[in-house]
Amino acid sequence: MFYREAGDFSTTYAEDQQTFPIKFDRYRYYVVLFIAIVVVPFVINDYWANSLLLPFLIYAIAAIGLNILVGYCGQVSLGTGGFMAVGAYACYKFMTGIDIWWGGELLFRLPEFNIFFSVIMGGVMTAIVGVLFGLPSLRIKGFYLAVATLAAQFFLVWLFNRVAWFYNYSASGQINAPERDILGVLITGPSTEPWATYLFCLFFTIVCAVIARNMTRGASGRKWMAIRDMDIAAEIIGVNPLRAKLTAFAVSSFFVGISGALFFSVYLGAVEVGEAFGIQKSFLVLFMIIIGGLGSIFGSFAGAAFLVLLPVALKVVGVDWLGWPTDIVAHLNLVIVGGLIVIFLIAEPHGIAQLWRVAKEKLRLWPFPH
Amino acid sequence: MNEQLAFTIEVFANGLMAGVLYALVALGFVLIYKASGIFNYAQGVMALFAAMTLVGIQNGQVPFAHLINAIFGTEVHHFGWHVHSFIAILFTVVVMIGLAWAVQKFVFKHLVGQEPIILFMATIGLAYFLEGVADLMWGSELKALNVCAADGVCLPQGMNVWLEGTTYEALGYGFFIDNLDIVASIVAAILVIGLVMFAQYTKQGRAMRAVADDHQAALSVGVSLNFIWVLVWSLAGFVALVAGIMWGAKSGVQFSLSLIALKALPVLMLGGFTSIPGAIVGGLIIGVGEKLFEFLIGAPFLGGATENWFAYMLALLFLVFRPQGLFGEKIIERV
Repeated sequence: MFYREAGDFSTTYAEDQQTFPIKFDRYRYYVVLFIAIVVVPFVINDYWANSLLLPFLIYAIAAIGLNILVGYCGQVSLGTGGFMAVGAYACYKFMTGIDIWWGGELLFRLPEFNIFFSVIMGGVMTAIVGVLFGLPSLRIKGFYLAVATLAAQFFLVWLFNRVAWFYNYSASGQINAPERDILGVLITGPSTEPWATYLFCLFFTIVCAVIARNMTRGASGRKWMAIRDMDIAAEIIGVNPLRAKLTAFAVSSFFVGISGALFFSVYLGAVEVGEAFGIQKSFLVLFMIIIGGLGSIFGSFAGAAFLVLLPVALKVVGVDWLGWPTDIVAHLNLVIVGGLIVIFLIAEPHGIAQLWRVAKEKLRLWPFPH
Repeated sequence: MNEQLAFTIEVFANGLMAGVLYALVALGFVLIYKASGIFNYAQGVMALFAAMTLVGIQNGQVPFAHLINAIFGTEVHHFGWHVHSFIAILFTVVVMIGLAWAVQKFVFKHLVGQEPIILFMATIGLAYFLEGVADLMWGSELKALNVCAADGVCLPQGMNVWLEGTTYEALGYGFFIDNLDIVASIVAAILVIGLVMFAQYTKQGRAMRAVADDHQAALSVGVSLNFIWVLVWSLAGFVALVAGIMWGAKSGVQFSLSLIALKALPVLMLGGFTSIPGAIVGGLIIGVGEKLFEFLIGAPFLGGATENWFAYMLALLFLVFRPQGLFGEKIIERV
């Protein structure tokens, strides 16, 4: 009843293969996009942008990236925080103009990139680094690989902490996003408008989601899934494991890098690497895709929304309504997140996305299930 | 004796001692991994939980005091008694066995037969859960841990004066080695010998090894998998308690204690996940390696603090050439 299929006939292959084959579903998706693009920027304020919408959009990109690697290709990575840091620092260097020094002399200096291209370059640099750290995946798999990616996490954070070139020799060791604009509209810096930052992040989120969705249902996605399901069988039917795994690492890192770049430049503005991109961030993004649903783009959004909303909701209920101390609420948050991970792994390994799928199936037949 | 050389030897000796402590944590991982194929990320948090419980019982803290006070508006904090270390340790062991039982009953019983990586993620969730519970139960502030057998006979602290004096007279250079590290090494040695004896000579130990070898075969000859798993998790809890006591006495009981799990992971990768000797040798190699690397290369050339990642990079490089680690079983995959 809620999902009418009556009169919904596909007459071409293209229609049959689209992302939302049911007309009703498709129109609802357009409505959501319309609200997100046209309505929200007019009603958004600072609180909503900074505490809910920006982190949601940015984490959604990171979750999509990690989901490609873990959910679609089956290569578990705990280095997400480190890769986000690469994106952030690459974005910073491109924003402020890359300078190459040799023997105390400035050899050359790139002109400053526009913030839009800086973010994309952040993704590209992260993709390169991701491929480097993905190389061991050819020899080792499973949690040996998961632990190996921790090497990336610790090494990268250390590198950005120690090598002063990355933070332009600033005294604090932090990186600060300078004011940058697109067509005169400020995107980064302290005096931005919430709607501008929101639209900037929304643009990247939508583009990333569309790219990821189409890659994962295309040839490359099938190769990744073949590797995930059984690598030896995949090799026999003609999937090149080297190419498949490394492309998964590259694409995944690209998204994670973009999310790191946005996280630093648009959302936080100033970043200390160990705090913002520590191992906790890796776990947070991993939890998002476990709770949201492994191997599902919608799941990445659902998981990101859930884990961004949960602390805010707990704070509203615990601190504001019940008047509990903040540290107790923070610990409760840990208990709930940890418990939910275990419950989801036991009861519904495909996460919120699967719950949503089941609900849709039920609604399709409601009120006559047989 | 050459000053530089003597200093290097001292760094080496300190690395050995640190390695023993890493190995102590890694042992807990190996135990669980061997018997159930679960890679238990929560081992570090278990050590934290055990140490916090020990301190809490010793000081007569009321569990969940903060939460109770917040909900009911009461003002309870302490029972007002102090428990002798020995009895407190006994109680803590009971708590750890209860934890093992609960983990087995509520989590891993339902995950039998899942892929290892799913089990691994479940233990990450468990680690978060347990950390939250530990903080709610005993409060998250830094606590000092003093374990004393009798009045004045406590776990020793500070540097070993005798060793420094002797080496100074013999070699002309005083070695600086922490008393606690020496005790930890002895305890670790006793623990390893005890574990090996248990596995070799007791009925339960044999059953444990049978389960480790082949779950189905063990089941068919009448070994109760549930019981063995609870036993193994209890043993791991006990090892976590020992590690928690040593690390807690060294640097206080606080959140960073749970991060020793992250130090133990490269130790395991290097030594192989399935081998107790591997955990020990791996721990020693990592301990010595990272101290020497920091001393010889890290501090002078790379700006220091290389200890955070050196172990991982070493393990990573090693794995590329020998994926099963030093002593691990080679898994042969056939099509």
